[in-house]
Amino acid sequence: MTSPTSTTLVDVRDLNVHFRVRRGLAASRSIKAVDGVSFELSPGQTLGIAGESGSGKSTVARTLVQIIRPTGGTISLDGEVVTNLKGSRLRRYRRRMQMVYQDPYDSLDPRMMIREAIGEALAVRGLAKSQHKDEVNQLLHRVNLPASVATRYPGQLSGGQRQRVSIARALAVNPEVIICDEAVAALDVSIRAQVLNLLKDIQRDTGVGYLFISHDLSTLRFMADHVAVMYVGRIVEYGTSDEVFANPLHPYTKALISAVPSVTSRGQMRLKLSGEPPDPGNPPSGCPFHPRCPEAIDECRRERPELLMTSSGQRVACHVVSARQRKESAKGSA
Amino acid sequence: MINLPESELNAAFGGSEPTVLSEPNFWRRAGHSLLHDPIAMCSFAFIALLAVVAVFAPFIAPFNPLHEFSNGLSFQGAPVAPNGHFLLGTDASGRDVLSRLIYGARVSLMVGVVATGLASLIGVVIGTVSGYVGGVTESILMRFTDMVLSFPILLFCVALIAVTGPSARNVVLVIAFAYWTYLARVVRGQVLSLKEREFVTAARTLGVGHLKIIRKHIMPHLLPTIIVYGTLGVATSILIEASLSFLGIGVPLPQASWGEMISEGQQYFQVAPWLLVAPGVVLILTVLAFNLAGDWLTDLLDPATRDMGR
Repeated sequence: MTSPTSTTLVDVRDLNVHFRVRRGLAASRSIKAVDGVSFELSPGQTLGIAGESGSGKSTVARTLVQIIRPTGGTISLDGEVVTNLKGSRLRRYRRRMQMVYQDPYDSLDPRMMIREAIGEALAVRGLAKSQHKDEVNQLLHRVNLPASVATRYPGQLSGGQRQRVSIARALAVNPEVIICDEAVAALDVSIRAQVLNLLKDIQRDTGVGYLFISHDLSTLRFMADHVAVMYVGRIVEYGTSDEVFANPLHPYTKALISAVPSVTSRGQMRLKLSGEPPDPGNPPSGCPFHPRCPEAIDECRRERPELLMTSSGQRVACHVVSARQRKESAKGSA
Repeated sequence: MINLPESELNAAFGGSEPTVLSEPNFWRRAGHSLLHDPIAMCSFAFIALLAVVAVFAPFIAPFNPLHEFSNGLSFQGAPVAPNGHFLLGTDASGRDVLSRLIYGARVSLMVGVVATGLASLIGVVIGTVSGYVGGVTESILMRFTDMVLSFPILLFCVALIAVTGPSARNVVLVIAFAYWTYLARVVRGQVLSLKEREFVTAARTLGVGHLKIIRKHIMPHLLPTIIVYGTLGVATSILIEASLSFLGIGVPLPQASWGEMISEGQQYFQVAPWLLVAPGVVLILTVLAFNLAGDWLTDLLDPATRDMGR
């Protein structure tokens, strides 16, 4: 990974989240939910994280907002290491890194009026109570909701409206980063587009950085500047959105992208994946993708591939790709 | 399997984009439900009546409950049966049963409400702390709860009062100490599940402090449980107080209490059945009213039927 420059807002290095699981009397074993994940996020940019359920992408999000403690690696925000903060420093940090959750039905307290829910965030920011009303209205306006929403309960709002409220609440503390964990997955396609556009507008105006987690590649293609594809706790492909989508190298990324329905690719051969993602508590030997990989070679079963730079710009963890690259460069030099 | 089609499915079925759900005003809903439930209505009316009687006992009671009337005993020294003067007759000491019953309501309700209030306070604090904090704190608190819970309550009360001596205050303390365990367990369970709800996580990641999260996001959700348990707890406490008074270790004599009246009444049941019947019926009705009111509240506040579609 390149060294963090002054423009790096979030720098995650070699992040590990291993859960210890005890089964009866048997010795505890560890589940590597996140295993050696590194990425960077610059201000005003969006990093998309893609992957199937169980790939560890939500664990990454929850570790960043420190609901889950990492078992290894570091997280830095603006050059300051923020792993393992405690007490008031942790609370100050949390304000800078906000999260919008997947479930708009559970991320707002059903017994709390929208005004109070956003007011709670304003109180965290330290805003005087007398200014809450104006600020709440302004925030609601920012997310294109009428001021009348302030006196409603979450149960009286639609999913899209609730998700806007969640965004307004996250914005209320002026964060530098907003993590969107499947933030639009529960929304209708039409509403989803509105919310995504809103998020883009907010980024343009405030320069907030997004960590956008989604299993939906078409959403990521629309939102992300950089994309990291995760598989069973590891990043298997990482690069700019253009690199990854225009020229996917890892067989897993290829399969994911080919599964996106599109108008132009009609009739083309689709790369289909068979089988389920492996149990992270008992991953296959070598490359964890090899049982499902159409291109797997012997080496894949033996050795876990490293995330390596490729000639086309992105980083890929795949023996087949590395071998091909070596062959090409050998041909080129010959 | 790739997850992508799932999102399309969600979208296709519009699964999560319902029309605006209106959440009717709670009190209006409660009133509406009460109007259509005569049993609950009667229960609340009875409880209200009891409360009025207890508060205004000196104005309502026809006589001083402690006064031993010379005309309260027959020439043979037997209690006087109900008549126009003593509406519910007199007891073996010539005291007016109705007046004693009315003053007894004070004792029963006071003990019931105060003991339950105290028990709820202890139960909610211990339940919330152990559920929210978890870990060793939880283990210690819950093992202690189990320990108290495994005591036979009545024997426990008898033993404690034997040590501390009978008084209304001790009765309240003893009942509270025995009853908080139930609420503590239920509250702990609820806090455990509430803690995992996304809105609590969201508040945490927002930087809201733990105390504020408990006050703003946990307590409001516990309120229905507390109300229901409180109502049922009053009934139980009144029963325990009556049992203790029956055993002679409740509210000390000569203060009137229902349990003591029943205890005395059963000795003269053959000659003066009203001594047993009057406090017995009132006690049964009171406990029944609190239990029925509690049931109705349970239905009203039941999370399964409440907040539908949240």
